[in-house]
Amino acid sequence: MDVIEAGIRPTGLAGQAGIYHYDDGDRDFLAVRVAEFRDQVARRIAGELTEDEFKPLRLMNGLYLQLHGYMLRCAVPYGVLASSQMRRFARIARVYDRGYGHFTTRQNIQFNWIRLSDTPDILAELARSDLHSIQTSGNCIRNVTTDQYAGAAADEIVDPRVYAEILRQWSTEHPEFSFLPRKFKFAITGAPSDRAACRLHDIGVIAKCNAAGEIGFEVHVGGGLGRIPLIGVCVRDWLPEPDFLAYMEAILRVYNAMGRRDNIYKARIKILVQALGAARFTELVEAEFAAMPRDRFRLDHAVVEAIRARFGAPAWESLPASSVAYIAARQRDPAFARWASRNTQPHRQPGYICAVITLKPIGGIPGDASAEQMDAIADLADRYSFGEIRVAHEQNLVLAHVRQDDLYAVWQALGAIGLDTPNNGLITDIIACPGLDYCDLANARAIPLAQRISERFADLDRQHRIGTLHINISGCINACAHHHVGHIGILGVDKHGSEAYQITVGGSASESAALGTLIGKAVAADVAVDIVEAIAMTYVDIRAPGETFLQTFRRVGATPFKEIGRAHAG
Amino acid sequence: MLTLDNTGHAVADRWVRLDDDAMPPASGAVIVSLARLQAEPGLRPVALGGALGVALPPGGDIAPLLPLLGRVSLIELPFPVFKDGRGFSAARALREQHGFAGDLRATGHVLPDQYVALLRCGITSVALPEGADVAVWRAMLDRHETSGDPVTRALPFLRRAALPFGIGG
Repeated sequence: MDVIEAGIRPTGLAGQAGIYHYDDGDRDFLAVRVAEFRDQVARRIAGELTEDEFKPLRLMNGLYLQLHGYMLRCAVPYGVLASSQMRRFARIARVYDRGYGHFTTRQNIQFNWIRLSDTPDILAELARSDLHSIQTSGNCIRNVTTDQYAGAAADEIVDPRVYAEILRQWSTEHPEFSFLPRKFKFAITGAPSDRAACRLHDIGVIAKCNAAGEIGFEVHVGGGLGRIPLIGVCVRDWLPEPDFLAYMEAILRVYNAMGRRDNIYKARIKILVQALGAARFTELVEAEFAAMPRDRFRLDHAVVEAIRARFGAPAWESLPASSVAYIAARQRDPAFARWASRNTQPHRQPGYICAVITLKPIGGIPGDASAEQMDAIADLADRYSFGEIRVAHEQNLVLAHVRQDDLYAVWQALGAIGLDTPNNGLITDIIACPGLDYCDLANARAIPLAQRISERFADLDRQHRIGTLHINISGCINACAHHHVGHIGILGVDKHGSEAYQITVGGSASESAALGTLIGKAVAADVAVDIVEAIAMTYVDIRAPGETFLQTFRRVGATPFKEIGRAHAG
Repeated sequence: MLTLDNTGHAVADRWVRLDDDAMPPASGAVIVSLARLQAEPGLRPVALGGALGVALPPGGDIAPLLPLLGRVSLIELPFPVFKDGRGFSAARALREQHGFAGDLRATGHVLPDQYVALLRCGITSVALPEGADVAVWRAMLDRHETSGDPVTRALPFLRRAALPFGIGG
């Protein structure tokens, strides 16, 4: 094993990466889990476990059986990685897969061509980099997602990573909540601008601060997409920090006891909330909460601080708020200026900036990265961003803490590996699920349609003229690409045995969350590309100066877009 | 039938299941249905000269049992299928909120891989499925720490020695 470790040791900088840094206790825990899974795989191969019995156990470790074979989904807790961990993924892609990995809308990474017999070794390799695939699938509490700019964003009030980690530790191998009626997804943010889609998760938590400087949480329950898209209801406007875990236990217990188990499509908590009504559901949760031995579940602030202390903290340089070199480079090089205008986010620390690496080259597969690209990004992170990388739910990567002085060099380096597409948030920054190319649930392919739309809008000038426009493409109603909340949402359906696509407009996953409106009947892929183009052009034609797509849509309504649907109905 | 205790040892079951229309024996430990427990207030361990247990119907709803808790020293929680996790919640509620101190037994379809989670939720015995390999079940205990207070056991990470703090100490 030591030979294969060469070159994957954490560098000195990795200590500053904003991940939760493991100690021996954490590593012992992972070692136990790897041994356990090795045993389960052996029992499965020996026939001691039926596939039905093995399934929930492999799913507890992120192992799916897909169209072409096994897929392994590895956790990136709340989307934060150290460079050494990115190199581990690169190595797994090279040794056990076909040289690439796929970053997902839940800030994780999937490997699509895995052999069952290799999985214990892969988990052992992950563990050596303090990584795992625990609870990335199955009817349990999944990886907690958050704002990709957590701990860096200028508008942030509370750093959500600390509470996301507390949720991770609380939910990992939770003895009561590992066999829920259905999967369970948390999202948490600490910024007023909701970049984590909190209102569209089973539980969405918005961390905030009161006038006394105390931390508390706004709790939304029962949001979700899929077959029955619903926006979550706010069950608590202010949950004090000490009650954080007790309240989560109360919600989960009500769900575990009362959620439907007779119909997989009605088993999510959103259906329970809808069936009971928000008021009755909240009443049951509050009653459960009141009956709990609350002192025993109290989350002491000292615990929060102990967790916080385990996160790496970048050694910030004292810099002027804006960089002369950065401003000069923008003026000198229009291509850089264009990239910087889209692919950056303001940083809370003077002189720093967040740089977005979109994994959406024109005509490429959204979210895919090769092993070489992963290694190169890890090197860039070491050199320019305290050894840290973020995975965004838009299937992009972020170097969260770049000195503005260095941004030009970062951009040039990204260009050398083909990852400098200046399309963050633009029409070619498409979110797409694996679709029928990989997934056995899908009705239609999503990736080739994304590629064709991307090619249609290859002209960068045109993309930038259109401005921010989010397209989400799901290959089936399970909505892994969140099509309901895309500005333009595309859903693959099966229409008399052939692939077809339904199109919605006006969706949003932000703090003003909304579900898209269907504009017409399902159409073939080539027509769908035409419709997307017509929608974009209509928006450009009718928008008031400075108006966003959603503002235009909310002003004019669905009518002009439904006309496009009608015109293309054939 | 073999019963697995909470230390990984299989023991012969001393409890006898009583059909709803069967006469209670003069002595010994008997398990009756919840319906019978509700219908016969005179059915008490003293009257039986032994111990009284109750088998809950599937579904995990413990509410009807709560007023009768004082009469029983064993509760059977059925798992109709291993994927149905309601029994985990029922077990914790009985232990933590209603102070049940007797034997909590999982019956039905449970896997050895769930043994530790069952114990952490306050289950103290498992009715072993037909043909179960006790060694496989016992091996689960070797991998996971299961000692300590049941409430803190339910929080596997935060209470660990690596941290100087635990939830609620």
